[in-house]
Formats: sequence, structure tokens, C-alpha cells
Amino acid sequence: MKRSTTAKGYLLNTVVLAVAFIAFLALQNVMGKSGGFKLILAPCLWQCCYLIVLAASLNLVLGFLGQLSLGHCGFMAIGAYTAALLSLACERAGLYDDKSSPVFILILFGCILLAGILAALVGLLVGIPALRLKGDYLAIITLGFGMIIVNIINNLPFCGQDGLAQGSASASLYKNGLGFGTSSKVTFLWFALLVTLICLTMMFMFIRSKYGRAIKAIRDDEIAASASGINTSFYKVFTFAYSAFFAGVAGALYACANATLSTSSFAFANGGILNSTFVVVMVVLGGMGSLTGSGAAAVIMFFVNYQIKNGTWVALLPAAVQSIFAYPMLVYAIILIIVIMFRPKGIFGTYEFSLINLSRDIKLHHTRKAGEKAERKGVETHA
Amino acid sequence: MPETKTPVLETRKLGITFGGLKAVQDFNIQIYQGELMGLIGPNGAGKTTVFNMLTGVYVPTEGTVILNGVPLNGRKTHQFVEAGVARTFQNIRLFKEMSVIDNVKAAFTKDVKYNMLDATFRTPNFWKAEREMTKKALELLTIFHLEDKAELLSANLPYGQQRKLEIARALATNMKVLLLDEPAAGMNPTETAELLECINTIRDRFGIAILLIEHDMSLVMNVCERILVIDYGQTIAAGLPEEIAQNPKVIAAYLGE
Repeated sequence: MKRSTTAKGYLLNTVVLAVAFIAFLALQNVMGKSGGFKLILAPCLWQCCYLIVLAASLNLVLGFLGQLSLGHCGFMAIGAYTAALLSLACERAGLYDDKSSPVFILILFGCILLAGILAALVGLLVGIPALRLKGDYLAIITLGFGMIIVNIINNLPFCGQDGLAQGSASASLYKNGLGFGTSSKVTFLWFALLVTLICLTMMFMFIRSKYGRAIKAIRDDEIAASASGINTSFYKVFTFAYSAFFAGVAGALYACANATLSTSSFAFANGGILNSTFVVVMVVLGGMGSLTGSGAAAVIMFFVNYQIKNGTWVALLPAAVQSIFAYPMLVYAIILIIVIMFRPKGIFGTYEFSLINLSRDIKLHHTRKAGEKAERKGVETHA
Repeated sequence: MPETKTPVLETRKLGITFGGLKAVQDFNIQIYQGELMGLIGPNGAGKTTVFNMLTGVYVPTEGTVILNGVPLNGRKTHQFVEAGVARTFQNIRLFKEMSVIDNVKAAFTKDVKYNMLDATFRTPNFWKAEREMTKKALELLTIFHLEDKAELLSANLPYGQQRKLEIARALATNMKVLLLDEPAAGMNPTETAELLECINTIRDRFGIAILLIEHDMSLVMNVCERILVIDYGQTIAAGLPEEIAQNPKVIAAYLGE
């Protein structure tokens, strides 16, 4: 049954995504003129885009490979700084005059790709020694690597404290490099959405192939996987690097959405929405082993974070609740505890949302209900 | 019945020590193509340790494992499998969160010929390989009467079928020697009889050599052509089932003196 629906499912998903994408662009054209869209919704969607890619990329390692990595934002930092520096270099070399030229789109795409590739290379370097360890030890060493990466970037003369982080260079990033102002964010929103879609598709293709089967086998039982002929160290390191690639892409998108870059945004834990702990929370919340779950959780968490900080309704709450809201980490912890209590496997579990799945499940649900009804009837008449 | 003169799997003076403990010493075995050989011994005799050395999970401290004339020293487990040794485990080790058919497909991984680009862009090469793999996996499942459960989660199978699935997964690695570690453990007589039938079928169909660890003496005596008995890591007897059954050393090891 499953095989005959595979081709149909691919077709349906592609068509629906394409239609949704075009519809969104059309809608944006209409709404783009209004201030609310430009000032609030577009920047929010930009943030959602990189959070979705980031959470999904960590899910490859955490949910599908089953290895706890706590330094994921380190790879994101590499991606962000690579893309920002490249775009600045391109601008200084006079490769493009203004951000509306088609050349800029090409450069933008190239920057994002190279950001991903560099992050993947660092992921490879980190993964080879780190993935010899398991469980808590791997968590500790990846945490360490994440901090080291951020510290190295911080101490590089061209991108650290006096570079892109503070001072005049940040302004040049905003004006000339990737950093998009509010109007550019609206103009280039299609680009961010497209990159997000491409990344998610690539990850799906990875999971639904021999690579995905191999890493899921390693997650379930590493000894049995190697006894089934799977080269466990190769697949572990490869997946780690592949995941780092998408973290790098997410970082590049982040660089686009921000006028300045600061290494403190990529730390293990900070007050903001972007840190390695927060990404782990998103993955666990969405369901380890569900890419669509990670995407949904990223959007939910972003929305929660946004509302806590900017919602007008917060002022109406009792003072005690407001004081909790002053520490968003507490709120995330409460959300996580509630989800773990009622859905230990996360909101989506290992379920992947797609229209073909949805229609099949609804059908299945109906037949099951009908079966139960018939059974109950049978019991009643029997009695 | 040895058909060829050179053994498929051979060990020479294989031994391993854990700290000061000599777990297995001077272990020599020759298995020929199409042969079903039994490896028995009391609890803690070192049977599973032998299996772990034959599959590269443990690195032997002395001696060599030779497969089709090629010594396998210093290789990793997955390279042993590539060379042609597959195994099952005493305590079932399935990929629990994967479907039954994906368990088998995972074992095909090393033989699937497509790369990342094929997978990302879903080239015809990818579809062809995946189709062939599905067909082969279903064929294997059919041997074990699991084909109608292909889409179930493997953890939801009943115990006996989990054991069978593990054998099916081992067969998917396209091996020459199959090592079965207590395949009938925890099974009732009906399930055991079914399993025996399966083992005979796969040996005839694939023409492979099988080495079997088993506690159930009647089972071993009935199916194995040759039997090797180890106790305290040392080979105490080897030969035909009838000889083994009357060997005083074996009787002493099993029943005490």
C-alpha cells in the first residue's frame, strides 16, 4: 500500500508547496504595502526561517542519529560570519552596486552555500574526534567545541570584538553587506522561504534514503548496525557534517536578518532565542525524529518568545506571572515539562506531517472508528 | 558434508584474554560451504566470546580468523560483514523504532549503489536501487512468513518473529557464513520446530555455512552435522553428534563428574 502512494505523495507535496509559495508571494504583494506586515510579520518570518532550518538540522543528529550535540550554535556562528564577511568582501570588490540587482541574488546564494560548506568542514573536523564518544561525554565535548568556536571567532581581528560585532564594521554590514533593513526583509522574504524549503527538502531526501535508514539503525542499536555491515563511524561523522552544513545555512540567513553580528548570540545559553540549549528544547518539543515537528516547534517557540517579550497582553497579567516572564528560560522550561508529561515523545513524535499522510490517517481513523462501532453493536446484539 | 576442500571460515589458534582471564584459548574451527555446525558448551564456556571474535566485536589477542583464505586481522565489525560473516544476537538486537522491512533494508546499505546526489535529486538510479532493494527485502521476509507484517514496527512483533527477523536481516548482508547465537532461546517447541525448518530452508537455498550456538541439546543433535564442544574456553571435543553424545568429557562438563 505504501509504495503506490509514494509517487503520488511526492507529486502532491510538490504541487501544494509550489502553490502555497506562489500564493504567499501574491499575498505579500498585496500586504507588503501595509506597515504591520513590513514592520512585524516580515522580520518574524525571517527569524522563523532560520530557526526552522536550525532545529531541523539538529534533529538529524539528535533525533535520527541519536547523538546529543550541545554545540550546534557554534556551526551557526561559523555560517553567519562566513556569509557576512563574504558579502562585505564582494561589496568592497565592487561586484554589485545595489541590493536589487540580480547579481546580488547570485552572490547571496553563493554566500549562503559557502557558509554551509565551511560549517560542514568544521563539523567534519569536530565530528571525527568527538563522535568516538557517546552520550553524556559527547554532549560535554560538543558543548566545549561550540564554546571554542565562538571564542575563536570572537578573537579573530577581522570579525571579533572590533570587527563585525561592534564599531563601524557593523554599520557597513548593514549598509553594504548582507544585513537587510526592514524594506529589504520584505523584498527578500521569498528568498529566505525558498532557502528554508530547499533545506528541508534536502533533509527529507537524506532521511528517506539509505543514509536515513543507516543512521536510524545506528540510533536504535549501534552494535547491531555494525553487525549489519553499516560503517557506523562514517555515517555518524557524515551526518554530523551534513547537519552542520544546514546549521551554517541557518547562520547565513541569520546574518541576513540582522544588522550586526555578535558572538554572544551563539553561546550555549543566553537570554535570547538563539542558543544551543534553546535549539535542543525545540527539537525535543517538536519530537525527536520528525523534521516537520522541529519546524512546528521552532515556530511555536518563536511565537511564545515574541509574545512574552512584545505582547501587549503581558501588561494585563498579575505581577507574579510578569516576573516569571522576565526570565523567558523559565517559561520554556515550563512548556517543556508540560509537553514531556503529556507527550513524552514530543508534539509530533516521529510523525511527519504531509497531506498524503493526513488523508491516509483520517481514512484509517474512520475505518477504525467504524470497526469499533460495529464491534460494539455486535457485543450489544450478542448480549 | 564438506563439498569443497577449503573451508569457508577457519580459525587458527584463536584466543583472547580479559585482564588475566583466558576466556578462550587455542580455538580451531573449520566450516565448509553448506555445512551446519553446532557450537555447544555449558554457561560461561566462551561460546559468545568466540562469536564476538569471529565478527570483529572483540579483537583476539592471538590467532587469526580466515575467511575464504583471507585473514581478517585488524578489521572492524562492518568489514567482517563486508567480507561475508553475519550474525544474530543472543539477546535480540533489532532496530526497534524502524519498520520490519526497514530493518532488512538497513542491512542492504553497504550493497546499495547510489550516492548523496542520487538521493538528494531522486535520480532514476536511486529509484531503481530502492525498487530492487524492496523486492529483495520482501523475498527475504517471505521466507520467514513476515511479508504481510513488513510495515509494522519491529518492536511490535511477537518474540518468535523478532528472532526470525533478526535472521532475515543477517541474510540481507549477503554473507557466506551465518552465525546464530541461541536462535531458539525462549521459544516454545512449536516455534523451535518452525525455526529449524527455516534454518534448513535458508541453508539449502543460499548454500551458506551456518554455525549455531544452542543450549537445547536435542535440537543440536538433530540438525547439526558436526559439533564442537567448548568448556572454560578450551575445545574439549569435536565430531559427529553421535560421538559427542557419548564423549565422557562432554558428559562430565554438562552433568558434572
